Formats: sequence, C-alpha cells, structure tokens
Amino acid sequence: MARLTLDALVVGRGSTAVAGPFDIAVAAGEALVVTGPNGAGKSTLLRTLAGLLPPISGTIRLEGPAASDGEAAERLADVAHYLGHRHGMKSQITVGENLAFWARYLGGAAAAQSERSRQDARRGPHVGVPTVSAPLSPAEALAAVGLPGLDAIPFGYLSAGQQRRASLARLLVAHRPVWILDEPTSALDIASQARFADLVAGHLAAGGIAIAATHHPLGLEAARTLHITPGAGRDDGRGSNAPGAPALDDAALAEAEGWL
Amino acid sequence: MTALFLRDLRLAFAGGGGATTGVIFFLAVIATIPFGVGPDLNLLSRIGPAILWIGALLSTLLTLDRLFQADRDDGTLDLLIAGPLPMPLVVLAKCLALWAASCLPLVLASPVLGLFLALQPAALLAVMATLFVGTPAIVCIGAVGAAVAVALPRGGLLVSVLVLPLAIPVLIFGVSATYAAVNEPDPFWPPFMILCALTLFFGALGPMAAGAALKGGGD
Repeated sequence: MARLTLDALVVGRGSTAVAGPFDIAVAAGEALVVTGPNGAGKSTLLRTLAGLLPPISGTIRLEGPAASDGEAAERLADVAHYLGHRHGMKSQITVGENLAFWARYLGGAAAAQSERSRQDARRGPHVGVPTVSAPLSPAEALAAVGLPGLDAIPFGYLSAGQQRRASLARLLVAHRPVWILDEPTSALDIASQARFADLVAGHLAAGGIAIAATHHPLGLEAARTLHITPGAGRDDGRGSNAPGAPALDDAALAEAEGWL
Repeated sequence: MTALFLRDLRLAFAGGGGATTGVIFFLAVIATIPFGVGPDLNLLSRIGPAILWIGALLSTLLTLDRLFQADRDDGTLDLLIAGPLPMPLVVLAKCLALWAASCLPLVLASPVLGLFLALQPAALLAVMATLFVGTPAIVCIGAVGAAVAVALPRGGLLVSVLVLPLAIPVLIFGVSATYAAVNEPDPFWPPFMILCALTLFFGALGPMAAGAALKGGGD
C-alpha cells in the first residue's frame, strides 16, 4: 500500500525556512488538508512535495506505488499530480487537445496500457489491481467534472470556474496515486465543489492519497488536518507526534514572510 | 517527448503563436537591404551571405524569449519540471519544435531572398546548407538564455545580450563557409564541419544547461 512519510521536513524559499518541521504520515486512502493563514507556507509545502522546490532539511519518503514505467517510484513527483494556482493549459488550443496532451505526456509508456485497462474497466471491476483506477479519456474526464461536450472549445473561451474544472479534469486523464492540490476549489461554485469532493472521495476509495491546501472545507469527512501557523508545523490528526515550534527569531520570520 | 514536440509545433502555428514573427522580420530585413545599399550588384553579392546570416540570427533571437515564458505564465512549466521526462529532453523537444516552426521556414526562404541580394547559385545553396546546420546551434544557445531569463518580466533584452556573444562563432563559421563556396581558393568543408561541430556541441550542452537553469529557478 502506498504510504507517504514526511520526516522532520522543513520547507522554504531559497535558503530561508518558511514552515516546518513537519512529521506526518499519510497512508493510502487518506486525505490531508493543509490549512493556515495566507503566507503560512501552504503552497511552499505543496510545491516542495511536488518536487518544484528543494526541501531545506528533512526527507519525503514514499513507499509502495510504482511510477508510470512500472518501476518503484523514486520521487514523489513521479507518482503525483500537482494542481497549482495556474492551470497549465494553453488557451489557443481546445480543452480536449490540452487534456490529450497531458494524458500522453504524463502517461508516458503506460498510455497504451491505460487504453487497454480502460476497456477492462468498462467490462467489469478490476480484480487484479484494485488500487489502480483506469484513466479516463479527455471527453469522459470533462463529463466527470461537469463540462460535457466542451472538449472542442478553445481553453481560453471558458469562464474562470470552467477553466478550473477543466484543469481538474487533468487529474483524471492520467492515473497518479497521489494528488497534490493547491486551492483546488477556487472559483468553483457550490455544486462543482460538491462534485469535486466526490471525485476526491472516489480517488481515496481507490487507494489514492490527496493532499490539499485550502481555505474552504472540502467536504471530506475522513480528512486529517495539518494546520500551519507561520513558522511552526503542527499536526492535529490522529497518530501524530507533534513537534515543538522551531527556533526561529522574529527577524528570520519576517524575512520568510517577505518571500511569500 | 513526441507529444511535447507536436503540441509546441501546433501552438506555434495556432493563433497568437510567434512562429511567423521571425520569418516576417527576416523578410523585412533582407528586402530592405538592396534599397539601402543601392543597385551595386557586385557589392550586394559580396555582402549578401553575411546579410542573410545576420538576418537569420536576429530573427531567431526575436522568437527565443517566448520559448519558456508562455509555459511559465500558465503554469505548464511547473508540470513539465515535475513530470516524468528529464528536463534536458523537455528543453530539447521545445528547441526542436521552435526550430521546426520558426527556423526551418527561414532556411527555406533564404534562397529566394538570396536572389534579392544577387547571390550566385552556388552561394544560394551554401547559405541554405549553412543556415540548415547552423540555426539549431543558435536555438540551443538561446534556450539557455531564455531559461535564465524566464522569471524576469522583460527578459527578452537580457536573452539577446546573453546569447549574442555565444552565437558569434556560429555566425563567423557560417558566413566563412558560404564565402568559401564561391571564392575558389578557400576550402568549403573545414568551416562547414566546424559549424556542424558547434551545432552538435551546443545541442548537447544547451539543453542540459537550460534544464538546470529552469529547475534551479523554480519559485
């Protein structure tokens, strides 16, 4: 089973620590909701997890899931979807083309295999590998986020909420066991937020892991919460070993906040 | 990698793509030179290869600054860095797409524009051949500059300043190979081979350096 362990992880920008240390373990089927005031370091933590920023100290350990080439994943980024503030979609080409590109690019060698497993999924439930949910085609993924029939529309023509939903559809076109979501529900209406909570719940039920930074409750009942107060990592979830606040003087803290 | 190449190629020709900018700039430069220099055919055919090469160099630089900027603005770059493909291959795929979209038309247009400059047939072919093997080197050097300047709001100017000195050897050997093709005693192959070597060298070094710059510059 997949298991993600953060071991005394301190995250930051450049050489300046922003938040941490974090000691927390997330197992398959669990969601971790990262909360905290603006500038506390939520995005920095998530970008570090996604491999976009090097950690200041500490380690991110990952056990279990295999990368798209079938070998054991070395980096979390190999098995994770990162959904940031920006969509990663080109406005000149259509939504379907965007999603098809990401499916091919992220799927890599597994693209042909996923085609087969999708047909298997239509035939019946997976028996052999219950943790793998088959990736959807772009049209199916758009339907799942409530945008059916929009795959031939250029991405730039969509409204802000529709663009957000289309970029959420990227999570569905290539299977990754870990979802790293930064403010996933921004610009979404109430119905879309509920639909998104269903998607995340389905992902968790299939043995996935979701890590989300948010100000809104995601509607996830079993989610654990990691509340970041500026300069200190604190874990309110079960099974936690809450570390003390790191020794940061006010000057370093002010400098850290200046980065954000 | 193929997926990235095809997408970039498609974006270059889709609305708002910058692929045609370089070609139009090249056309404008070459077409105005004869009017500026005057109808001295001997002079034109003597400076012609150099003019074509300088035009190609500058129009390539013109398209370079958007190489990573657009991807950074919409967050694609984050996903490419976190994605499964190693960064040097990402850069190589983007460079190949940029070259195919903006430099290949330039190479194809060069013999036609060379007629404006009264080039001999041998020189026309030589310019086309040297541009064909030389422009990939300019793109790969430029990718490093574009990667370094990607986080800067007005990075285009910096890209040109960073890239031009490194591109000078490519220009020198490209033009000297072209001259050698028409001036009898000069050998054509040595400068042409050095040009090929420069392209291979920068083709290997540029994507690595640009990949490292993009990865290190993450914010």
